[in-house]
Amino acid sequence: MLAFAIRRAFQSLIVLLVVGLVAFSMFNFVGDPIDSMLGQERTGADIERLRTQLGLDQPFPVQYYRFLESAVQGNFGISYRLGRPVSKIIAERLPATLELAMVSAVLAIVFGVALGVFTAIRRNGWAANTVMTLSLIGVSLPTFLIGILLIYLFAVELGWLPSFGRGDVVDLGWWRTGFLTQSGLKALVLPAITLGLYQMTLIMRLVRSEMLEVLRQDYIRFARARGLRDRSVYFRHALKNTLVPVITVTGMQLGSIIAFAIITETVFQWPGVGLLFINAIRFVDIPVMAAYLMLISVMFVIINFIVDMLYFAIDPRLRVDRTGSAQK
Amino acid sequence: MTDTVLKVVNLTVKIPTRQGVLRPVDKLSLEIAKGKILGVVGESGAGKSMTGNAVIGLLDPPAHISGGEIWLNGKRIDTLTREPMRAVRGKQIGMVFQDPLTSLNPLLPIGDQLTETMLEHLDISASEAEKRAIAALEEVGIPGAAERIKSYPHEFSGGMRQRVVIALALCAEPSLVVADEPTTALDVSVQAQIIALLKRLCAERGTAIMLITHDMGVIAETADDVAVMYAGRMAELGPVRDVLTRPTHPYTQGLMASTPLAAKGGKRLNQIPGAMPRLTELPAGCAFHPRCPIAKDKCRADPAPTLGAGDGRAACWFAGEAGP
Repeated sequence: MLAFAIRRAFQSLIVLLVVGLVAFSMFNFVGDPIDSMLGQERTGADIERLRTQLGLDQPFPVQYYRFLESAVQGNFGISYRLGRPVSKIIAERLPATLELAMVSAVLAIVFGVALGVFTAIRRNGWAANTVMTLSLIGVSLPTFLIGILLIYLFAVELGWLPSFGRGDVVDLGWWRTGFLTQSGLKALVLPAITLGLYQMTLIMRLVRSEMLEVLRQDYIRFARARGLRDRSVYFRHALKNTLVPVITVTGMQLGSIIAFAIITETVFQWPGVGLLFINAIRFVDIPVMAAYLMLISVMFVIINFIVDMLYFAIDPRLRVDRTGSAQK
Repeated sequence: MTDTVLKVVNLTVKIPTRQGVLRPVDKLSLEIAKGKILGVVGESGAGKSMTGNAVIGLLDPPAHISGGEIWLNGKRIDTLTREPMRAVRGKQIGMVFQDPLTSLNPLLPIGDQLTETMLEHLDISASEAEKRAIAALEEVGIPGAAERIKSYPHEFSGGMRQRVVIALALCAEPSLVVADEPTTALDVSVQAQIIALLKRLCAERGTAIMLITHDMGVIAETADDVAVMYAGRMAELGPVRDVLTRPTHPYTQGLMASTPLAAKGGKRLNQIPGAMPRLTELPAGCAFHPRCPIAKDKCRADPAPTLGAGDGRAACWFAGEAGP
């Protein structure tokens, strides 16, 4: 298992290096940074000076190495637009996105798994069929539309919840949280539902189909033949056997929740990194874009690594010593 | 009759389908006494497993019991609702399935699967259950039981897993075990061991066995009585020696003539012409008549007589006339 963990960590590193290369390439291929930094009135000497100062006259590999070196230290340069260190800007914005993503993920997993189990057990009941039909909406409606519909209903018509922003936040020094104020929590509701709805329906449909598959297995029949209670049959025996595929998909969805928070953050003007990224694109603020790309890929890699480790926790069949001769 | 464990009277199972209502089990009656072994034989689709599932109350919808009675230890169980029937399963009727590779939950240690069954049915503490789990594994011949209770199913061979399944079926001390082709999926070398084990454990406890199989050899060695099923109906029922050596139903006679026995030497095996009819196209009259060497007009017109528990041997108008 340790060997597996090390191998996966190594693979993750390669993925990050490749993403780093793409991020870095943006500096060279999406316009000339010198152009963006110097105004209209510049001289050839200005350009040359800045080029040397920024190290842009060095060969490509040297530049890439220096980019990686500073990226590892958390230094992504200075935003063209805001003129402040990118790492600082992101650190300010990240708590908003992470809180939103976390609430959405919890909603998606809790309701997704619960409804998935429910619809699988009551396969032919009217309630389960209603839920399944409604879930089509979650799968097929685009996120921004759901957001706009929710805003229209709960913010405009009913006036219960705010339509944009994050409400009041409490500054904990290194983390600004919206969890501790009423307006912060209220502001969280609509974006969290918008962001989590698609993942929830996806998890639900997946759990349902996996449950239906597992409930046909012999060991479920045998568990019933041993006179175990339904609760034990469903949750102790069936649900656990559905978890490997469910965790795979859920892990990937968690990554997407963070990555695709962009749309939800735009609809709700949520002051997170997604909104930052959209604005960065508009102004070709490449340091911010590169840092965001790296940030998202690091999160994806970490989540995937955790998912791979969870397989071992769930399925004992994977814990076989791979150095043995009986390996596949 | 006080020592009758299982009594099935005129059991009928129906499956409504688009092609009409099928009767995989039709007016079946049988009885098993305490500590006895009843072998149920028949071709695939003869209704053997369906009968076993009906007894344990695990028919897959839309199949359902539409008539008849099932009595267990003097209590009627076919009319029980879900929850009381669940309490009967495992506690009073144990079940052994065909494929030990898929009968055990791959994600739970076998010890946990044993203790959860015992804790469900017996009024004992968790530590007592663990002690009994180890004892149960030792009894079915798992070496190093105390350590192996933490092992997962994939760490055992097929034969060992079937031993675990037997331990699971017997751990709450049921009075009846329904064994549905318990050796079909196993190596020939292991089959005899498993059957011997099942037989020994049940004899020690006075547990009755309903042994469903299509292996005449297993029946001959193991069973006290044998029930021969054909197309959902009982063809012949009686003590194993009588049925095997002097079969009276033409189907049983054909079956015995087609069974390879060392005593017959190298002679060519007989076969019964044709195949068992599908449930959707059962012929009128006796279901066996199209293949029967002694079929007469009466067989084509009237259904064969129904065998009641305990009476008669063969469900045939002309039983014994053809001679073995």
